[in-house]
Amino acid sequence: MGHSEDGPYKYAAHHSEEEGKKTRRMIWNMFWVLLAITTVEVLLGIFWKEIGVTWGFVKMTFIVMTIAKAYFIVAYYMHLKHERSSLQNTIIIPYVLLALYLLYHVFTEGLYDNYIQNYPW
Amino acid sequence: MSHTAVVDSKTAWAGDNNSPFGAGYGKLMMWFFLMSDALSFTGFLAAYGFYRHSYSDIWPTAENVFTHFPFMHGDHPLLYVALMTFILIMSSVTMVLAVEAGHRMDKKGVIKWMFWTVVGGLVFVGSQAWEWYHFIHGTELGALELGIGTYTLPDGTIEQTQGIIGRWVDESKQVLMLPWREVAGDITSDYLTLSGQELTDAVAAGHEVYGANLTHNEYGHPLFGDFFFFITGFHGTHVFSGVVLNFIIFVNVIMGTYEKRGHYEMVEKVGLYWHFVDLVWVFVFTFFYLI
Repeated sequence: MGHSEDGPYKYAAHHSEEEGKKTRRMIWNMFWVLLAITTVEVLLGIFWKEIGVTWGFVKMTFIVMTIAKAYFIVAYYMHLKHERSSLQNTIIIPYVLLALYLLYHVFTEGLYDNYIQNYPW
Repeated sequence: MSHTAVVDSKTAWAGDNNSPFGAGYGKLMMWFFLMSDALSFTGFLAAYGFYRHSYSDIWPTAENVFTHFPFMHGDHPLLYVALMTFILIMSSVTMVLAVEAGHRMDKKGVIKWMFWTVVGGLVFVGSQAWEWYHFIHGTELGALELGIGTYTLPDGTIEQTQGIIGRWVDESKQVLMLPWREVAGDITSDYLTLSGQELTDAVAAGHEVYGANLTHNEYGHPLFGDFFFFITGFHGTHVFSGVVLNFIIFVNVIMGTYEKRGHYEMVEKVGLYWHFVDLVWVFVFTFFYLI
């Protein structure tokens, strides 16, 4: 499957029966992982009060689980994990920057938001 | 069985057959498109988050809004959305299985898995339409949208009532539940209520709403409805166009277009798009329905 880092590009995404078997096993493993995470999310959403955890903790758990799911989909189903690093970086780096930018907003404008709320209109 | 189709200078992302990304032109452009498309969704969800927290005291909880399940009565919070999520994940699996079959030049396998991907997509779009119907239609009981005025909370805070949604406690419509809670120290008590003369006045000044549209929403703040229609609508449009693209490729596979071409890279490209649609739903599910 893997192609060399240099030289002319050949459409080399063909694989043998044996490699196919391995790929299919990976696909189904990932499916069970995604399903398990989603199930935990839904159960947590319904029963979090009974378990006795705080809503802040539940929210953070949801966000971590969502990012984990996104990683599995992009890395394995969209195959980005096995692309060349140049392609990986082109896709990933803009999002890391964007995430940092959004976090910046949460910590600055998020406080400003409180001010808007109390503004009398 | 080994096939190696050389991609010439017209298809490789480089003039001299030297591909720095090691991916065909179309596949690379699909990645770039998806990257920019994801920015739109990021914008929507960031705006949603901002307003949700601006109005956190009167914002409806998704689990109290989407409680219907086909052919079942009563409250089933989140159950149907969970099923929709499962259907979309499942169709992502059939899609990636189609791509895998393409790598083995297994035409029959590609046809089979593409078929189930299209079916999964259609079921998902149908489910969304069904959910929209229930959201627009609303409940039998409806709710009361308060008119211009003020309401004094027990701690002395004065709240503007215009546009605030009060929900009936039961069918008799004798007691109205306001979206605010009484906070005394660390203890948050039940929702505040209106009844008797206060309620009669409120009914006279406000008006009853049933269901939701872009300006009114019986479940709470109208912006909740706006974001719901916009975000799930934009996502639903993606699912629908994904189904159309998948169907076109499905027909091409049957006609043997890619068999002749020597590779199934086209299936991989629509596959990328389809996984992206699933990926967006993962975020919508978390930020719209769960949190």
